[in-house]
Amino acid sequence: MKATKILERVLAALPIMLGVAITVFLFMRLTPGDPVDIMMGRGGAVSEGEIEKLRSEFNLDKPLYTQLGIYLKDAIHGNLGYSYIQKYPVTTLIIERLPATIELAIAALIISLVIAFPIGIASAVWQNSLLDRLSMAGSFLGISMPSFWFGIILILLFGVQLHILPVQGRIDFDAHLSIKTGFYIWDSIITGNHVALISTIKHLILPGITLGAAEAAVIARVIRSSMLEILRSDYIVLARSKGASEWRVILKHALRNALIPTVTIIGLQVGVLLGGNMIVETVFSWPGLGRMVVSAIFARDFPLVQGAVMVYAFTFVMANLIVDILYTYLNPKITF
Amino acid sequence: MDITPPITKPTLSLIHSWRIRLKLWKRSAKEFLYDLLIHPTALIGSIIVILYILAAILAPQITVHNPENGNLRNRFTPPAWEKDGTWEFPLGTDAQGRDLLTRILFGSRISLIVGGVAVGISILIGSTLGALTGYYRGKLDSIVSRFADLLLAFPFLIFAIGVMAFIGPGITNLIMALIFKGWVEFFRLVRGEMMSEKSKEYVEAAKANGMGSLSIIVKEILPNIINSVFVLGTLRIGDMIIMEASLSFLGLGIPPHIPAWGSMIASGRDYMLVAWWVSTFPGIALLILVLAINITGEGLRDILDPRLKLEG
Amino acid sequence: MINTNNTLLEIRNLSVTYPTRRGEVKAVENLSLTVPAGGRLCLVGESGCGKSTVLHAILRLLRPPGRITNGELLFRGRDLRKLRAKEIQGVRGKEISMIFQDPLTTLNPVFPVGEQIRESLRLHQIIPGLSLPWPLDIIRRKQEKEIVLKAMQEVGIPSPMDRYSIYPHQFSGGMQQRALIALALVCGPALLLADEPTTSLDVTIQAQILDLMLKINQDHNTTIVMVTHDLGVAAEFCDTIAVMYAGRIVEIGPAETIVIHPHHPYTRGLLTCRPHIGEKAQQVKPIEGNVPDLTHLPPGCAFAPRCPLAQTVCEQGPVPLIQVEKNVLTRCLQPVDNRRDPSWTWDQIVRI
Repeated sequence: MKATKILERVLAALPIMLGVAITVFLFMRLTPGDPVDIMMGRGGAVSEGEIEKLRSEFNLDKPLYTQLGIYLKDAIHGNLGYSYIQKYPVTTLIIERLPATIELAIAALIISLVIAFPIGIASAVWQNSLLDRLSMAGSFLGISMPSFWFGIILILLFGVQLHILPVQGRIDFDAHLSIKTGFYIWDSIITGNHVALISTIKHLILPGITLGAAEAAVIARVIRSSMLEILRSDYIVLARSKGASEWRVILKHALRNALIPTVTIIGLQVGVLLGGNMIVETVFSWPGLGRMVVSAIFARDFPLVQGAVMVYAFTFVMANLIVDILYTYLNPKITF
Repeated sequence: MDITPPITKPTLSLIHSWRIRLKLWKRSAKEFLYDLLIHPTALIGSIIVILYILAAILAPQITVHNPENGNLRNRFTPPAWEKDGTWEFPLGTDAQGRDLLTRILFGSRISLIVGGVAVGISILIGSTLGALTGYYRGKLDSIVSRFADLLLAFPFLIFAIGVMAFIGPGITNLIMALIFKGWVEFFRLVRGEMMSEKSKEYVEAAKANGMGSLSIIVKEILPNIINSVFVLGTLRIGDMIIMEASLSFLGLGIPPHIPAWGSMIASGRDYMLVAWWVSTFPGIALLILVLAINITGEGLRDILDPRLKLEG
Repeated sequence: MINTNNTLLEIRNLSVTYPTRRGEVKAVENLSLTVPAGGRLCLVGESGCGKSTVLHAILRLLRPPGRITNGELLFRGRDLRKLRAKEIQGVRGKEISMIFQDPLTTLNPVFPVGEQIRESLRLHQIIPGLSLPWPLDIIRRKQEKEIVLKAMQEVGIPSPMDRYSIYPHQFSGGMQQRALIALALVCGPALLLADEPTTSLDVTIQAQILDLMLKINQDHNTTIVMVTHDLGVAAEFCDTIAVMYAGRIVEIGPAETIVIHPHHPYTRGLLTCRPHIGEKAQQVKPIEGNVPDLTHLPPGCAFAPRCPLAQTVCEQGPVPLIQVEKNVLTRCLQPVDNRRDPSWTWDQIVRI
């Protein structure tokens, strides 16, 4: 029963993905500017024959719907076209950069959850206490703060003033990490390279906090408000009347219910995380997908931009799909 | 917890025209002001927002320096209270020797215009479509809803960056890119409310009295929804301002010669080691404005629409 | 007071207040009660008279900012007020259990019903043994599950095996209340506190639940303190009735005496305001006026403003509980003399 419902959700996500692919494709093709000019670097001195060759190579000489058909067919096979500038398959370029981005995103998510859960729970339990007021003011700040500026301030403080944390890149050059998967934490653990592991973790802290701060603020607020509502409910009195300790009441009976709205907001926040990723990678010179997209935009390398935007949108749809599925386990009342 | 409860929906549902509603607004203006007073944070927030608006309007009058051209001899003058600082440039100067305070004051124009216009037009488009589709349903509803679902599959910033990448920088383009996705949230809010209000008794009563459906939408239902839209709109202005600054920071928003906070922060990033103030102060200006808007929005939500539960 | 031998619970001078903006709400004031082991006592009164507060105070489950300001709660000779947090947690659910008014909102929506009952067993270590973390506790869980199934069977939940792992919203209202009773009884408590257990249920289910509680009282000798606003339910179920008004007991005595010979005008009012089958509507006499403001109680009898028999003396000072009959105490200076009141007919009392 549950399995068929999950399958239904997965199938419902497919047309959205198709729509995303078509939208991205149309956007790229309908904007002014001849891709061939970009590929040639506006240098001139290129023969007509070469231009024609390039046109047919990139299928630019065919009608729009044929191009779309070819594009979609290729996309299903994992082929997102060729980069105009780097002359590599877009898929290859994206996959190369993806581990860095995923590692940072996971670090940010972990940091935000580690901050948000204790703060959200504590400020609900001790409502109106100094702790509550301070953390709610802090979360307001987190929501209102532009992440790129926060990143710069962190760099100024911890990198420039205190010199305690690295502010650029993923790892120190002298860590000698042999790269296997591209996930540096994983790589340094399996190769037993402690120096590289510590260096990687240090490099993750500032960008992770920058990216995770706003998430933490939003998630903490949701946890707090739902915990407040739940702690007033009858079933909390029942749990106490059974003889459960106060912490058990809060962490088992209340938190388990508060997870339902919290997971929803975490799913939505993945979108913010992905967008913030471009900004934070730019600020911290993080060699990930986001930074590649930003430079691709300036180089007018449209296939690469298009491919990356699709990957982002796809990730977002997947994240919400996972949330939907998690929901069926968290909330016994769920009926789709 | 409030001593005077805000006007509740059931009473409103008995009220049959905008005119009566307006009168009621006047009468409740006193109550509203009172509510504002017992929400001191909202009061402080709105005062700060008004100060920013005044500063933006009066920027040419209250500044003495040129925001776009500076004297290179003055470059990287530190803030007045630092060593080598001067009160001629209270917050210091940037790499081109332009006064930072002047540029920050002028920069508030961009932020406020982009935030205000983008949210305003988003509300217009979103509410109109939402009201029509929510009331009439039918083909238009399924088309627009599908389109909205499609747009929701893109994270907002990614979408805006993507659009700006294709259409190029510029203030009009930027506002268009923000509206392109911004209307969806208002559309969904109004459509949902419209669908639930539509089946209530007062709408049935209006129908029985022979009211046309368009006037039912405008005169009967919209007054009941408008508060939610207003509150959501206020909260979204802050987001739009941050979005604009982020795009300008990446070089995709406002062209660099126009003073905008995002691009000012970006330009200061290159000189972080020698001139910390160039990035710091525009960021603080931005932070305070967005904070003030969000506080006002939260306060308005408590006052106008305690039912509404918006997160994020 | 009624039977001091074999006392299970004795409440002495209990006062509970809720601070509010308008002042301190004295929800319960100077309340004393004695409950003998195996007895069935009912607290009866209108909503807001503090009867539920008494139950919550006994287990120290008052919602903040409510707090006990005075009094002793002697359970088996121990003062529950003086127990440390850990000790009172050991009493809750094991020695004293509670069932609630609205079973749907009282059961946690995200845990299976059977597991919620089993949690009580685990909390009080009913099956002795090592506390292994989940999932290493298979054997113990199995033993506990069997006890739960037996308890579910006993309270009349059909096919408990199938119902063990389904969620509260999949139960009917009556089944939910039975599950709550099973939860309360699974550790074999000596005292069961029931906070309007039948109010939210259909009338036919109400009778079943009352029968079930009576059976439990007889089979296990479980003492029951029930709160209800329905004198009929109280008369049916209890051996002792305490009528509460504005945080105080106004009349207490054996159930039959209270229902047949009420002395306090308020008790009489409660009896005549219940509609009965076959009666015409105008014969139902509501009590005029409203429950008094608990922040500003009159200095004298709290019921005096609504009382048809009130004299000036009633409003002058606090009225003590007065013994009017064997085992019956009444807080009234003008106790109703039923035999001389022409408007009073005994036929008006109809049992459910």
